[in-house]
Amino acid sequence: MTLLNVENLSKEFGGVHAISDLTFTINPGTIHSIIGPNGAGKTTLFNLITGVYTPSAGRVLFQDQPVTGLRPNELAARGMSRTFQNLQIFMNMTALENVLVGRHLHLNTGILPSLFRWPAIGRGDRAATVMAKDLMAFVGLEKYIGWDADAMPYGALKRLEIARALAAEPKLLLLDEPAAGLNATESREIDEVIKKVAAQGVTVVLVEHDMKMVMEISDHILVLDYGRKLTEGTPAEVRQNPDVIAAYLGQVG
Amino acid sequence: MRSVLSSRWAGLLLLAVVIALLPLGLKNNFQFDIAVRIGFNAIVVIGLNLLIGYAGQISLGHAGFLGLAAYFSAITVTRYGWPPLVSLLAAATLVGLLAFIIARPVLRLKGHYLAMATLGLGIIISIVLNQEAGLTGGPDGMAVDPFTIGAFKLVKAREWYWLVGALLWLAVWLSLNLIDSPVGRALRAVHGSEVAAEVVGVDTTRYKVMVFVLSAVFASVVGSLQAHYVSFISPQQAGFFQSVEWVIMVVLGGMASTYGAVIGAVILTALPQVLTALEDYEHMIFGLIMMLVMILLPKGIVPSAGALLRRVSSKAEGGK
Amino acid sequence: MLGEFLQYLFSGLTSGAIYALVGLGFALIYNASHVINFAQGEFVMLGGMGTVFIAAAGVPLPLAGLLAVLLATVVGFALEKLAVEQTRNASVVTLIIITIGASIFVRGGAQVAFDKQFHTLPSFSGDTPINILGATITPQSLWVLGITVVIVLLLQYFFTRTLLGKAILATSHNPMAARLVGINVNAILLMSFGLSAALGAVAGILITPITSTNYEVGIMLGLKGFCAAILGGLGSGFGAIAGGVILGVAEALGAGYISSEYKDVIAFVIILAALFFMPSGLFGKRGTDRV
Repeated sequence: MTLLNVENLSKEFGGVHAISDLTFTINPGTIHSIIGPNGAGKTTLFNLITGVYTPSAGRVLFQDQPVTGLRPNELAARGMSRTFQNLQIFMNMTALENVLVGRHLHLNTGILPSLFRWPAIGRGDRAATVMAKDLMAFVGLEKYIGWDADAMPYGALKRLEIARALAAEPKLLLLDEPAAGLNATESREIDEVIKKVAAQGVTVVLVEHDMKMVMEISDHILVLDYGRKLTEGTPAEVRQNPDVIAAYLGQVG
Repeated sequence: MRSVLSSRWAGLLLLAVVIALLPLGLKNNFQFDIAVRIGFNAIVVIGLNLLIGYAGQISLGHAGFLGLAAYFSAITVTRYGWPPLVSLLAAATLVGLLAFIIARPVLRLKGHYLAMATLGLGIIISIVLNQEAGLTGGPDGMAVDPFTIGAFKLVKAREWYWLVGALLWLAVWLSLNLIDSPVGRALRAVHGSEVAAEVVGVDTTRYKVMVFVLSAVFASVVGSLQAHYVSFISPQQAGFFQSVEWVIMVVLGGMASTYGAVIGAVILTALPQVLTALEDYEHMIFGLIMMLVMILLPKGIVPSAGALLRRVSSKAEGGK
Repeated sequence: MLGEFLQYLFSGLTSGAIYALVGLGFALIYNASHVINFAQGEFVMLGGMGTVFIAAAGVPLPLAGLLAVLLATVVGFALEKLAVEQTRNASVVTLIIITIGASIFVRGGAQVAFDKQFHTLPSFSGDTPINILGATITPQSLWVLGITVVIVLLLQYFFTRTLLGKAILATSHNPMAARLVGINVNAILLMSFGLSAALGAVAGILITPITSTNYEVGIMLGLKGFCAAILGGLGSGFGAIAGGVILGVAEALGAGYISSEYKDVIAFVIILAALFFMPSGLFGKRGTDRV
């Protein structure tokens, strides 16, 4: 079984092809990286997979079920969760509450039980709070548990997004540039977090510019260029691919 | 968590004590009347605060919902002899249904466009109430029979005070419950970042529609009661100004604060009464006070006061 | 038939031109600050009432009009300097409430400084109606339309040809970048408030001979200007003009052919319908949220 199949996926914005005719699969239990120069369509691809955008053509299968055109919240309910390149933190809430929102799908969200605060609501929240604190510790944020989100530093907010996404207990976790804007130490720590997540059986798809990190932790790499697939394979294969060296790595070194 | 719970009950207890003891300080019918009106406004504003302050949506049309319910109760009770309580519940159901139907298309809009759409809906309702004179009495308004529950008849402001006080307490309790629940967090998440809320499974449309309907029902219940209380209704109560005034109460008291909503209602209902002494200068001073409060306390009274208290207490701790 | 239609159209175009001017004021301030200035209607009132009372004090009418525009402009400056600029990091909602407070303040002030009566001004060039294809149009309507067109052309020139105009546009697109290239953003804000106040005042003077004026006239006109700006798409000057004209004509045709009592309902239904299909107005910026 494959976890995610992307078949002939395309997205146009006013005549410009951000993604064209892209096909690939993601197997469960791997760390899968998507790389490519700026403007290659990586974030657009994430937005298509997670339902933020609707594709112009093609389809997406999640656990062998067609999911094209489903809303992000419906995809989340099926086990997909993600973080954002430009932080999307609930700045009007505390750090802990951000993670608790990630628990949404697993809690009682009936309107009457909430209005009249049936005992089940309190019980659910207490259990969720314990779990959310554990998750914050898991990503290394234990010291920020009582903080307001808008008072936290950038690096901590990047992890907070990961904790929030994990709270939903996803099967597939998509991380959009989790190390962007972080220093080398912070980057390495995020590395460790991603490895720990994968070790727990969550499939991770990663968009990242940090080549060192990508080569080190990925099982499989997909290289995009101008919305098309340039190549894919293991880090070793990708590293030796002449197209990749010319189009992408060549620029770097 | 425990401290949150206890502070919640402390606030509710304090509110109950204030409601219970306030009549000792009220000297005459006029003062009871103002207290009742404050209560009515506060209940509407608590509902509206869930929509505006917590979910980050806006409505400049809620007076339309209040007006519809007021007229529904007035007409069914006064003309057709329905029991007022039945009429109130029927009105709340109908208004809730109407809000549910219009919420989906309207709440697709954002920010100022949403303000415009709700403003338009409110104005349409108030014009219809104005024009359908055969049914509503038109601009002259219509008289309304008093509120009765069985053989018990509510007439005096003193009697109404207890009913409205109890309902206000209930509204605060419901609002605090809702906010401190997964639903409440989902509402705030909608405000914080819709897309982030969606990718963790929050059906943002559902919550926006839900809170819109809930706030409309709050306004509806107040509309029915207020019609009986004032014993007269006119389309003005459903007008644009009323809607704007409630939004001001939400912002002035402090967005995303249930007690802020109450404080906003107290100040903006009582202030004009105090300022009437200034006669011609009343409106100028009123406008000036509004501007000054918002300039000095841009987050609203309760959140700004809370921040100040926290600063003072952390300074005190730092000194130790 | 045609005569009747033209009659409604003329009346619609006249009020539409006024809505357009007020709507332009909204668009200007929105562009500079992202604030909906709910005191916009009071500038319109100040234009009309100001002219009436300054003229009553013995000042010749054209000069009185000029002074009234100046008065409104000063009030616009004051609103920006004393209120909007004082609230650095306030949210947009807070700023909007401040402008509502300002509108109540200005209206209250007008009630004290002027009075609560209705007043009118003489038409600019007589009241002999002009016949066009079976319909009549008053010279004042022509003044309204003519001056509106001139103002629109002047603004067009201002924003595309002058450095100041371009600076205002640049600031509205990206305040941070504007600041970096040395544009004084506060000065731009001040200019925008002054300019839209002047626009509103001109509209107020133009309309007074037709509809007369009093201290509360700004409420409804401000509301209609807001509708025009939203219908056209916030921040688009062209949109505000189109929105104003569409709104005015829709009202007039609705009142003429369907029901005069329900003319506002018709106008709002049109706006709502437009927003349901075009959630950012007719000419507003739309685009996918970047995440």
